[in-house]
Amino acid sequence: MASAPTQETFSKFQEYLTKDQDIREEIRASVREIEQTAREILTVLQGVHQPTGCKDTVSICKRSREMFTNIRRQYSELAAKLPAEQYYRFHDHWRFANQRCVFLAAFLVYLESDKLITREEAAELLGVKERREDGFHIDLDDFLMGLLQLANELSRLAVNSVTAGDYSRPTKIANFVAELDAGFRLLNLKNDALRKRFDGLKYDVKKIEEVVYDVTIRGLNPPPAQKPEAPTEEQ
Amino acid sequence: MRMVWSNNRCYNLKMAARSGHQRGGHHKRNYGKDRVSHQKISRREPKVDENSPIIASFRTYQALLDRKNDKYERLVKMSRDVTIQSKRAIFHIHRINSGVDKATVLGEADEKLIAVREKLCQIALELQGEDLYQFIRAVSPGLQEYIEAVAFHHYCLGQGLVSLTQVQSALEFPATEKTSSPEDGDCPSHPAVTLYVPPVEYMLGVADFTGELMRLCITSVSSGDMELPFQLCQFMREVYHGFSSFSHAGSWELSRKMHTLRQSLHKVENACYTLQVRGLEIPKHMLADVFGSADSEDTGERRSDIS
Repeated sequence: MASAPTQETFSKFQEYLTKDQDIREEIRASVREIEQTAREILTVLQGVHQPTGCKDTVSICKRSREMFTNIRRQYSELAAKLPAEQYYRFHDHWRFANQRCVFLAAFLVYLESDKLITREEAAELLGVKERREDGFHIDLDDFLMGLLQLANELSRLAVNSVTAGDYSRPTKIANFVAELDAGFRLLNLKNDALRKRFDGLKYDVKKIEEVVYDVTIRGLNPPPAQKPEAPTEEQ
Repeated sequence: MRMVWSNNRCYNLKMAARSGHQRGGHHKRNYGKDRVSHQKISRREPKVDENSPIIASFRTYQALLDRKNDKYERLVKMSRDVTIQSKRAIFHIHRINSGVDKATVLGEADEKLIAVREKLCQIALELQGEDLYQFIRAVSPGLQEYIEAVAFHHYCLGQGLVSLTQVQSALEFPATEKTSSPEDGDCPSHPAVTLYVPPVEYMLGVADFTGELMRLCITSVSSGDMELPFQLCQFMREVYHGFSSFSHAGSWELSRKMHTLRQSLHKVENACYTLQVRGLEIPKHMLADVFGSADSEDTGERRSDIS
């Protein structure tokens, strides 16, 4: 009953929808794999919260760093499934996986070197490009979200390292997170998800400061450099 | 920390002076000032300074975020202009029924659409080298309204449903030379750009366009045209048929529009029915009254839909 050109318009669009759906299915499958690997890495990294974990941080880092090769392979598979220049069309599918992976990479780098991961390092560790122009990358918002997750995890680590008898770590973490907080204050955030997550950062800062406070008034942490003769109970 | 903090404020004020768009920024700053925790940090951690690698990297993130947000705001503004101008073109086309010569009305509408395309060209320039989908939420309302206007215009010219290819080809802007004529002001040159129309946006625009057809149908009866409602009804059935063939209804937005389309079609079919049954009995001026009441109802609903 419909005229031919009208009919053709609709059937073309139906074709487009079907293709779109197929791409989405494939992307979903890839993202599921990445999420699975991310969970495995997280499980390994969680080892540092164990009382014994503080001592074998190095081996834990080594193991998880090896596992990142899987992530790199999976990301390159995902990138191959993507039509060029359409990253943001399907962004929602991998947003959370990206945030999680950035967090894991940042946590790993922090445990290894006490440093904040840069975007470049993160891109390298995940096997993606640093800038949008070059191909599959990590969106800046997602990267920053990952860093906020890191702050949350570190507040937990501060508590657990004290339990495990490592009294020097909370101070280091406090300095690091304070600097991270100062960094985030530089950003002019819009009223979006990132801003919401950033608002939670102050609780992590507060928690870590409390731990440092507890340790300091009991004289448990190593004294500041100018008073090396001050007594310490442990270590 | 204190020192750095005041530096930040200076920096932001400078940014505000430069970009002129700082509403969000001010909010953020005021909010930040109220927070006390930074003083606590400052006592114990005074060494955060501009030389720290973390701060340095956040400076680059700040620049990137500001750039993106500014671009987004500019696009929202342009998109809003496109929406308003397209709406005007649509309203203008509706004047077909008011006794003015059809060709003149459509000619004037065409001029309005050309003006809209100039705005769309600016959007295309703004999006050059960017991923359109990153900013789709800013652009989408304007783009849909434009497609609606174009489809309406195209249909009223008696050429049926405008195709995506036709819409797309009108949005390929050739490169222009720099012209500085006194009346137009400075018109800087720009390279050839294309505003890509995502097929989903096109379909959503077409769905809106059927709403306009429904209005046209109702008003045309009032003005005594007994042929047009039947033509429109037939055409809307075709469109509805097309929409119902989409397997998984595409997106949530598409299925919602589909529902509205169904209601519009229902109204038009009822109008045709009334016309068929009673059109021969009632004198024309009374028929206009019957539809006149239905019309005011419909337009009222339509208006609340727009606002």
